[in-house]
Amino acid sequence: MSKIIITDSSLRDGNHAVKHTINLDQIKKYCQFADQAGIPILEVGHGNGLGASSLLIGLSPHTDEQILTAARENLKTSKLGIHIIPGIATVNKDIEPAINIGVDIFRIATHCTEATLSKSHIEYLKSKDKTVIGVLMMSALADTKTLVENAKIMEEYGAEAVVIMDSTGTYLPKDVYERIDSLKNNLKIDIGFHAHDNLGLATANSLTAVNYGAKYIDACIRGFGAGAGNAHLEMLIPVLEKSGYEVDIDFQKVIIEADKVMDYLVPSAPVSTPVNVLTGLNRLFSGFEKPIIKASKLFGIEYSSLIFELGNRKLVAGQEDLILEVAQKLKK
Amino acid sequence: MIRAGIIGTGNIGTDLLLKILKTNFITPVIFAGRRLDSDGMKIAIQKNVQITDKGIQYFIDNPNCCDVVYDCTSAADAKLHAKVFADQGIKVIDLTPAKIGPLCVPSINSRVILDCDNVNMITCGGQASMPMLNLISKYCDKLDYIEVVSQIASKSAGMATRINIDSYIHTTEMAIKQFTKCENCKVILNLNPAEPCVDMQTTMFLKFQNINFEDLVEEIYKKIKELKTYIPHYELVLPPVINDDILVLSIKVKGTGDYLPEYAGNLDIINCAAIEVTKNLF
Repeated sequence: MSKIIITDSSLRDGNHAVKHTINLDQIKKYCQFADQAGIPILEVGHGNGLGASSLLIGLSPHTDEQILTAARENLKTSKLGIHIIPGIATVNKDIEPAINIGVDIFRIATHCTEATLSKSHIEYLKSKDKTVIGVLMMSALADTKTLVENAKIMEEYGAEAVVIMDSTGTYLPKDVYERIDSLKNNLKIDIGFHAHDNLGLATANSLTAVNYGAKYIDACIRGFGAGAGNAHLEMLIPVLEKSGYEVDIDFQKVIIEADKVMDYLVPSAPVSTPVNVLTGLNRLFSGFEKPIIKASKLFGIEYSSLIFELGNRKLVAGQEDLILEVAQKLKK
Repeated sequence: MIRAGIIGTGNIGTDLLLKILKTNFITPVIFAGRRLDSDGMKIAIQKNVQITDKGIQYFIDNPNCCDVVYDCTSAADAKLHAKVFADQGIKVIDLTPAKIGPLCVPSINSRVILDCDNVNMITCGGQASMPMLNLISKYCDKLDYIEVVSQIASKSAGMATRINIDSYIHTTEMAIKQFTKCENCKVILNLNPAEPCVDMQTTMFLKFQNINFEDLVEEIYKKIKELKTYIPHYELVLPPVINDDILVLSIKVKGTGDYLPEYAGNLDIINCAAIEVTKNLF
C-alpha cells in the first residue's frame, strides 16, 4: 500500500475565500486540530504566500512573522509549510525570517510557464538544507509538454517534488491522467496535485492523480479555498483509503472538525456557482469571479458572454484591468 | 561628442547602442562583449561600430578610449569592472543592479553624474515610478506606505532578470525610500506570459497624510509631459484617484522598438534614462 502525503492548505488557500483575513486565534485553533489529527503538512499564510499582504492582493491582519510563529507554537508533529512566489517574496526579506521561525516545507510557486523564476529561491533553500517543493500554478494554461519542461527545470534547481495546481478548476480526470503520467515518466522526483472544484471534480481528479503516481495531494477542510474551493479534506481521506492508499490521518477527528470549523474558521463552505463553472471551462483564474460579475453589471451584459470572450483572449491572473475593457467592447 | 563604450552586448546593450546612434551628442566608440557571433555584435558590425570580444580586457588594453561607459553586464561583473573604469577616470552609467554608485533618476537627480564616477539606473519599475512617487511626496505631509506593482511581458525578461528577481525588488525598494523618505514600502513584479505580449505597466498605491490633491494632479500632468521628452511612450493609463484613503495611479510604458519589440517598455525605459543622464556630460 503506497503512502500519500496530504498537504492541508486550509489556512493558506482558505485565505482567498475570506480576503486574507484569517486571524491568529483561528490559526492556533486549527493548528491544534491538525497536529492532533496527524495532518502531515499544514500550509499557512496569505493566499499568495509569504510577503503577499498588500493593497493589490489584500492585507493580512497580521505580519508573516506573527502568523508563522502562531502556527509553529501549535504544531508539534505536523510539518509547517509555506507558499512562496518569486516576484513577491525575496530570500532576504521573507525566506530567511521564515527559516528562523522554523518552517519545515518551502513551496516555491511560479506561473506554469515561468519555472526559471524559481532558480535563486530554490537554490538558496537547498544550500540551507531545507525541504523545497516546486509548484506550477495555473497549470491548465500550458500543454503537457510545456508543463513537463517547467517541472524538469524545478527538478534541476533542486526541488524535491513538483506540485501542479489546477488553479482554474479546468481539468477532467483524463487531463490529470495525461499530465501526471507524463510527469512521472519524465521526472525522478515526486509529483503532487492541487485541485479546484469548479466542475465538481476536485476529489475525482485528486484520486486520478494518485492512481497515476502522484504522492502529494493538497486538500482543504470543507474545501475552504479560492473560488469554487479545493478538494475537501473530509472527502479525500476516505476516498483515498477506500481506494487502497495509506493516508495516516485520524479521519474521526477530521470529520468532527469539518463541523466545528463552520463556527470559527469557514464562514460558508465554498460551492461552485455558475460563474465558477464558466471560468473553469474557460481556463480563467478563479479570482476573476468578482470583477467579472461587477463588469457585466456595470455594462449590462451577460456574464457568460464576457467569460467566453475573456477565455478566447487567454487572460491570465494579473490582467484584471482588461475585464472592464473587454466588457465595454462587448457592450458596443 | 561624448565618446561612449558599451560593455555587455545582450538585449539591453544592443538596444542602447541603437538608441545612442540616434542621438547627436553621443558616439559609440566600442561595443564590448564576449561572443562575436551574438545578435548584438552582428548589428554593431552592420552599423559600423567597432566591436571586441575581449570584454573588460579591451578597456584595460586601451586606456581612456572613451569618456563614459554603459555597463550592461551583470551585477557581479559590474563590480569587477568598476575599478578598471575608476582608475582611468571614465564615468560609468551602471544598468545592472550592482548599486556601486548613487541611484539616479534623470528627472530627479541627473546631475549626480557630475560628482560621481559611477551612477546606477535602478530598475525599470524604479525609472517608471520614481518620478511620480518623488513628486507625490512633495504634495503631502507624510507618506505612510507605498506599493509599486509592475507587470512585464514574460518574453521581455531574460535569464539574468529572472535570477536577480530579488535584487530587482530590493533595489527598487531602496530607491523608493531614498526618493520619497517613506520607509514602509513594497515592490511586486509580475511576469505575464499572455500573448500577444502585454506592455509594461506600473501601478502605485500610496497611503498619505494631508495631501494637496488638486495641485498634485496638475503637477503630475506637467511631469508626464517632461518625461515624454526622453521616454516617448510614457503614458498615464490610470490618472491619480483617491479611493478609501488610498491614492492609486498607473503608468504604461511602450518601447520605441529600436532593438526589442514595443512591449519591452521595461528595457526601453532604463536605456532612455541612461541616455538622458549622459546629457549632463555634454
